[in-house]
Amino acid sequence: MSVAQYVKAFTLWEFVKAHAKTLRYFFRAKATINYPYERMPQSPRFRGEHALRRYPNGEERCIACKLCEAVCPAQAITIEAEPRDDGSRRTTRYDIDMTKCIYCGLCQEACPVDAIVEGPNMDFSTETREELIYDKAKLLDNGDRWERVLAANLAADAPYR
Amino acid sequence: MPKLKVDGIEVEVPQGATVLQACEAAGKEIPRFCYHERLSIAGNCRMCLVEVKPGPPKPQASCALPAADNQEVFTTTPMVKNAREGIMEFLLINHPLDCPICDQGGECDLQDQSVAYGRGQSRYAENKRAVTEKYMGPIVKTIMTRCIQCTRCIRFAEEVAGVEEIGAIYRGENMQITSYLEEAVTSELSGNVVDLCPVGALTSKPYQYEARPWELRRTLTIDVMDAVGTNIRLDSRGRQVLRCVPRINEDVNEEWASDKTRHAIDGLVRRRLDKPYVRVNGKLLPATWDEAFAAIAAVDHGGSVAAVAGDLVDCETMYAAKALVRSLGSSLLEGRQTGMAYDTSSLAAVNFNTTIAGTEEADAILLVGTNLRWEAPLVNTRVRKAIKRGAKVFAVGPETELTYKVEWLGHDLSVLGDLPDTVAKIFADAGKPMVIVGGAALKDGHGAALKLVETLNLVRNGWNGFNVVHMAAARMGGLMLGYAAKGGIADLTHAKLTFFLGADEVDYSRFGGFKVYVGHHGDAGAAHADVVLPGASYAEKSGTWVNLEGRVQRGERAVFPPGDAREDWSIFRALSDVMGARLPFDSLAGLREEMYGEVPALRHEGLVSFGWSVPAIDGSASGTIGGYPIKDFYLTNAICRASPTMQRCSAELVHGETFAEAAE
Repeated sequence: MSVAQYVKAFTLWEFVKAHAKTLRYFFRAKATINYPYERMPQSPRFRGEHALRRYPNGEERCIACKLCEAVCPAQAITIEAEPRDDGSRRTTRYDIDMTKCIYCGLCQEACPVDAIVEGPNMDFSTETREELIYDKAKLLDNGDRWERVLAANLAADAPYR
Repeated sequence: MPKLKVDGIEVEVPQGATVLQACEAAGKEIPRFCYHERLSIAGNCRMCLVEVKPGPPKPQASCALPAADNQEVFTTTPMVKNAREGIMEFLLINHPLDCPICDQGGECDLQDQSVAYGRGQSRYAENKRAVTEKYMGPIVKTIMTRCIQCTRCIRFAEEVAGVEEIGAIYRGENMQITSYLEEAVTSELSGNVVDLCPVGALTSKPYQYEARPWELRRTLTIDVMDAVGTNIRLDSRGRQVLRCVPRINEDVNEEWASDKTRHAIDGLVRRRLDKPYVRVNGKLLPATWDEAFAAIAAVDHGGSVAAVAGDLVDCETMYAAKALVRSLGSSLLEGRQTGMAYDTSSLAAVNFNTTIAGTEEADAILLVGTNLRWEAPLVNTRVRKAIKRGAKVFAVGPETELTYKVEWLGHDLSVLGDLPDTVAKIFADAGKPMVIVGGAALKDGHGAALKLVETLNLVRNGWNGFNVVHMAAARMGGLMLGYAAKGGIADLTHAKLTFFLGADEVDYSRFGGFKVYVGHHGDAGAAHADVVLPGASYAEKSGTWVNLEGRVQRGERAVFPPGDAREDWSIFRALSDVMGARLPFDSLAGLREEMYGEVPALRHEGLVSFGWSVPAIDGSASGTIGGYPIKDFYLTNAICRASPTMQRCSAELVHGETFAEAAE
């Protein structure tokens, strides 16, 4: 052991150095935020809770092509379809099991009409599993709630698609 | 036998083959839309262009070009690639890109081929053509904007179905496919145009928007709607059969299926028996299996037990019921529900001996009391084919439209014993004469028809021209298993305990004893029975069926029976325990082994050889044929009667009701 090391050991130099570092961070600006009252900026591509969108005239976008069901790697989507009274192709059932979903975003990639999208919402924890099995009404409701943000996000991402 | 080279591979093809067929023989895939092996050549889609030397320095349509000696065909040159890309671009000019809402999506020729042979992008920004929808009946839905004018549907209707009710109006880009006066297409084969259509212009109306091809589980089985034994594929999702499409079997159905085969499947989820019922004080009340079995075991039958087989049951069910009846000390079995009692001592004399495929080769055909178009639509198409080859067709019976030219000889059966000279001469000159006896003539005319075997020399070297057309899928199998009492159903009516295996056509008032109905639909049988045991339909059990030509075919189970319903053979096995007459098998395989032991011909799939012998029946014929047994093609059994699609077809196509569904 060299002399310098002896001196460092007796003066508890490492101890002092560590405390100095702690003290430095004590006065620095904080990196953490006060979630949920404060939030980090979010990318328009953020993949959160799903929503089924409507056209501006109120018509639901989903045409029951079942591409999202086919592409879903977790097989979380279940769709049943039949002709609506006016003859158009619509879903009678559109379920997403949010506990199965892996939030990969393939469903919104596959959707030819931008009907199913993953929105910015990530605070949708529930107390029971059952509540996480979303049906068509819930998804459409999500779409109505978030439409402004969803449309803005899609528009922001459009140039890169 | 021209010899030619395809991409350097030397192939030899039969005389008259096309370049496209030669390319296929060499293992080269040629894209096509209008060409179809079973239809005439149209050559109007131009997708099959190839480069041929010697010939003009431009691509040529291979489907319409006869193969010739020393030709050199190229399918991979830049010229061919360019031509295919160009044609694909032209086809897509007017084809809407609405694949996501198109029912053909996922199984569309245009979709697949544009991925494989197209350019991958569009240069077309102008407006597309739009065409109004046409009405083609309750089976076929039209979205005519998608039509690429391949004319397969027109050729099918004209050549195979024999109804010239689909055609094209206007020319060039404005050409439109339409049905005659936009009325329903009155063919029992109209559903086949849906399969033929390479795009989504003609799609199935009952199946519309229901499922995508990739979510369906495919099961290969046999159809039971008629005795032809159409090879089918049932597409199911979860517990429901959603679609029925034909499989290719050159010997039976080629690749067609009748509308009843295709669309009666929506009856499989309606009016089903899903729990046992026992009649208490004149009313059928739901019961448990144990209660139902106890009610049957309590019957004091004293060995007087009978079984009546319905039209749709498989051989396994019939064998299980037979084994139970036998172990209870009886042998009363019958399958001919309407009371027919023709002689069955020689099964060859009640078989379709010429075989379905063999019908094509006949050169003189006599139909005796059969409306083939309704009794066996796919045999009818074979008769049409025979006519195309030059066969003459005569018929005895009330006049009806059979889709081809028939010379009617009146409806008096005595004509069989005294054929007009012109007819006799044609049959005498014929190399392959054929007589087809239908259900309407079997009762009075079986002997007279069998006598024709001798007078017309129907059975000769390598050719048997005597045929009987049955209408029930269970008939031949039933006859092989001994479901034929000498006096017909009348021999069974005194039984104290009778099992009805899905028999809904029987006159129940003739049966006095205790009636047990084992079946799948709440139809006539269930209404009259004292105990109802829920069984499985043809889609819900693996079974063996023998078609009208004696071809043993096996089908697989597609879905499970609903509710408490069980596979029929297991019902009889369980019941045998309760009745103290334990049957010696515990599995379907065990049952089959027993059955093969008794009827070895059922062991192997394929044609059964019945030999040829003529039973001794009185050959004199008298009486007239008043009408044909099938009064309504679309409502012949319990499954059809429960099917909304078949009810609609019946109302519209048989009873002439019009539905106020204008073109959209």
